[in-house]
Amino acid sequence: MYEFNYHKPASLDEIANLLAANDEAKLLAGGMTLLPTLKQRLARPSDLIDLAAITSLRGITDAGDAIVIGAMTRHAEVNRSPVVKQGLPALAAMAGMIGDPAVRNRGTIGGSISNNDPAADYPSALVALNATVHTTKREIAADNFFTGMFETALEPAEIVTAVRFPKLQIANYQKFRNPASRYAIVGVFVARFPNAVRVAVTGAGPVVFRVPEMEAALTQNFSPDAIKDITIKEDGLNSDIHASAEYRAHLVGVMARRAVAACG
Amino acid sequence: MTTVGAPVRRREDYRFLTGQGTYTDDINRPNQLYAYILRSPHAHARIDGIDSAAAAKAPGVVAVFTGKDMAADGVGGLPCGWLVHSKDGSPMKEPPHPPLAIDRVRHVGDPVAVVIGETLAQAREAADLVEIDYGEEPAVVDPAEALKPTAPLVFSDVPGNLCYDWSLGDLAAVDAAFARAARIVKLDLVNNRLVPNAMEPRAAIGEFYRATGEYTLFTTSQNPHVIRLLMGAFVLHIPEAKLRVVAPDVGGGFGSKIYHYAEEAIVTWAAGKLRRPVKWTAERSESFMSDAHGRDHVTHVELALDADAKFLALKVSTIANMGAYLSTFAPCIPTYLYGTLLAGTYPTPAIYVETKAVFTHTVPVDAYRGAGRPEATFLLERIVDLAADELGIDPAELRRRNFIPADAFPYQTPVALQYDSGDYQTTLEMATSAADYAGCEERRRAAMARGKLRGIGIATYIEACGIAPSAVVGSLGARAGLYESAAIRVHPTGSVTVMTGSHSHGQGHETTFSQLVADRLGIPIENVEIVHGDTAKIPYGMGTNGSRSLAVGGTAIVKAMDKVIAKGKKIAAHLLEAAEADIEFADGKFTVAGTDRSKTLGEVALTAYVPHNYPEDLEPGLDETAFYDPKNFTFPSGAYVAEVEIDPETGRLEIVNFTAADDFGNIINPMIVAGQVHGGLAQGIGQAVLEGCVYDKATGQLLTGSYNDYAMPRADDLPSFRLSTHATPCTHNPLGVKGCGEAGAIGAPAALTNAIVDALRPLGVRHVDMPATPEKLWRVIQQHRSPLAAE
Repeated sequence: MYEFNYHKPASLDEIANLLAANDEAKLLAGGMTLLPTLKQRLARPSDLIDLAAITSLRGITDAGDAIVIGAMTRHAEVNRSPVVKQGLPALAAMAGMIGDPAVRNRGTIGGSISNNDPAADYPSALVALNATVHTTKREIAADNFFTGMFETALEPAEIVTAVRFPKLQIANYQKFRNPASRYAIVGVFVARFPNAVRVAVTGAGPVVFRVPEMEAALTQNFSPDAIKDITIKEDGLNSDIHASAEYRAHLVGVMARRAVAACG
Repeated sequence: MTTVGAPVRRREDYRFLTGQGTYTDDINRPNQLYAYILRSPHAHARIDGIDSAAAAKAPGVVAVFTGKDMAADGVGGLPCGWLVHSKDGSPMKEPPHPPLAIDRVRHVGDPVAVVIGETLAQAREAADLVEIDYGEEPAVVDPAEALKPTAPLVFSDVPGNLCYDWSLGDLAAVDAAFARAARIVKLDLVNNRLVPNAMEPRAAIGEFYRATGEYTLFTTSQNPHVIRLLMGAFVLHIPEAKLRVVAPDVGGGFGSKIYHYAEEAIVTWAAGKLRRPVKWTAERSESFMSDAHGRDHVTHVELALDADAKFLALKVSTIANMGAYLSTFAPCIPTYLYGTLLAGTYPTPAIYVETKAVFTHTVPVDAYRGAGRPEATFLLERIVDLAADELGIDPAELRRRNFIPADAFPYQTPVALQYDSGDYQTTLEMATSAADYAGCEERRRAAMARGKLRGIGIATYIEACGIAPSAVVGSLGARAGLYESAAIRVHPTGSVTVMTGSHSHGQGHETTFSQLVADRLGIPIENVEIVHGDTAKIPYGMGTNGSRSLAVGGTAIVKAMDKVIAKGKKIAAHLLEAAEADIEFADGKFTVAGTDRSKTLGEVALTAYVPHNYPEDLEPGLDETAFYDPKNFTFPSGAYVAEVEIDPETGRLEIVNFTAADDFGNIINPMIVAGQVHGGLAQGIGQAVLEGCVYDKATGQLLTGSYNDYAMPRADDLPSFRLSTHATPCTHNPLGVKGCGEAGAIGAPAALTNAIVDALRPLGVRHVDMPATPEKLWRVIQQHRSPLAAE
């Protein structure tokens, strides 16, 4: 770990000032990716700005037909929240599949989506559930938020404040875990809205993506059979010692069918 | 009241579970400095120059040392503790292994320089300023590739990268048996390379006392006396009497902490140079690239059977990866701890094995839990299963037909060992019956209906433990004896301190040994204290490896207690005015036979230390030391049954049942034994389905250098184990014990792989290499006709 200046400001204004004053500053949410990166000296921020004291960023709000989750809300809180369990059970279940208990007790939704690891679970939930990302500057539709590997639509000094999810009963996330890291080799989130179905895939490619062919077929006929002949092209998918692109492409189909089946 | 055989709770767990253990990194010495070791980022490169001037001037830096600095000081290379000879009688190639590389680096992680600073952060920061001019050269990491004529050489004076070409057994007898065989079964297999991953990373603190000229090394070792001998005599040239090695609480070893490592020599030497203590603690990523790895064999095996499916002969050819240098005991692992085990549980009359040990640009490979015996068991139990498949005989039946019968002991194998006891039939029956082996076909059909491929697999195993008779291992090339020592100090009021040469790094010796002593001396267990791990306190001993602690170290304790009791009888006879021959010792009391006249151990001890009324010509005190050199190895054995279900759509495997029936001889603490079996099974299962160390073949980079990529077994990867034991006591040690620490890791890989192949047999699969990862299984399934689709 390189040396850095540590700040724990109490307001978003203070954070804005700190970010404006320090080009090489980094925001610290749960730190579940950032801290290992720092320890391995793979990042060298001049300043670390801890968001832990901004209480307005934390918490889960029942907003009638939607649920608003503050950026600093821990995965374990989403997993256990009666509001999420009741209004969006698939999201509560997904949050319980992230990492291990230590990660779930520290990691945050805002940190996870801002980092946008290609194998993270949350991006698939946001995209499939057609969530809206609230930032210090604007609201961004999930479809437009995740722009590339570890890249998002966030501008410099723009901070995620919350994520708004529409409530939905018929949805399911199926995750095929990397046996070593327990990240998603492939994770497929399927969400059935009254007039449409959305299918979002994480882990398989450099960034979360939707599968329009599956969505169209499932909108017509919401059953695993409806997508059994749809194959995913392996071009552009991730390939590593744990899973080839070909295997990942295959798993997308399997996990999607299982997610549909699990929707009941 | 005896506690032997009772599941006494581990006495050491209070301090471990409340965070009050004292591990090496918990120790801090006054005025201590910190070492950061620069390691090679390349698999193979020349060192064309090292410029450490800027680093030496960085804030807080006290010194920067390179291999040349150590060589200039006369520091020797890390020695190898076992000499193996090739078939042609020539000694193995034993290239130099300087603690810091001098002209050339030979694996990713090879230590190159050490920066020593007032704080670790300063040393680490300054390390970035050390400029090392590397000239990259081609590397070879695969052991079979390393033997090819075009392979890059690890050492220019070791042609073909061949360390030795060893053989054991009667080739002519084997060839003759193959010539008359009714059936020959052949298999090529790989025994995957593993990273040991002890929970506590290695650490070392060197200290030098100017006033007395004495050195102390605190280190994460399984055998502090061995480190003192090797480092003192061969590397730093410090007489034993001036060197103390302390291995305090150690958080797991699994073999990886047996060896003398460069960092121990570096911090001890630097402490002498700088006259200040120097501490080094491995980061986890350093552990991956500097702890000795395990396994890494490529093997061809052939089994010859007669018309009754009796084994006639076994022929094995193995290429074993030594890594870039010879680790302390590396040469004996794929030879004398491997070839000698190839009889397994069977009376195969003719066996021949040859092993080519090769150097590659990888971390050195040495003993890892099981050490040679898992490799032997894996190939043997795989070829037996394959033979059963090819002959259409049930695998359990083929084993039953071929076991060494229970009345055939002592049994001399054709590969040097003589088994003293065993009952393979019984453990197999126990395991198969507990696993409902007979019901597996029904469960297979039920699984098929759920879309799953289910299989069941058996493995029997034998291991040579209680290592080892010194004269025998000496004749095989060991450069050490393998006896064990113990000292029993009975204090004036009858409490007892036991100084043992064994070392405990998770095995629970403080409990097991205390039970043994409390039982024999008839005193409460609370009155027994076990001391280990400090060369200044314990007699010279060989530490813990090869499941030897109880069989050899425990026996040394028994021998020392025998001496205590013998002397106590003389004192009691004097006090009781009886003949020494009439004194009996039982339940903590010396009694005149046939009377109620007695003296307790405490009374006798007090007399020994306050000898006012005392036998003439008898020394005061009650403090005895014994050394025990075993007469033979011990031979734990057993049978494991694994049952798995594979999801053919994803290749994901679930272990649905795992049943073990082990023969460890007599058992002192069944709870600790069960814990040892659990841990061994976890590591064996890890090897079979999760763990595999991967190097990039082109660059020699370690691709599995962290837990993100190296899959360690977690609790939810494992089933609930069904364990049982059956004892045929060891015949040549007084406790009748055999050892239990490695069994799980030895038997599990074959049982699990056999179960996986059984599940895939309907598809025509005959072998799957470890680890059976989801993609590997999915591909195997893709390559074969799917019986599910056919239905």
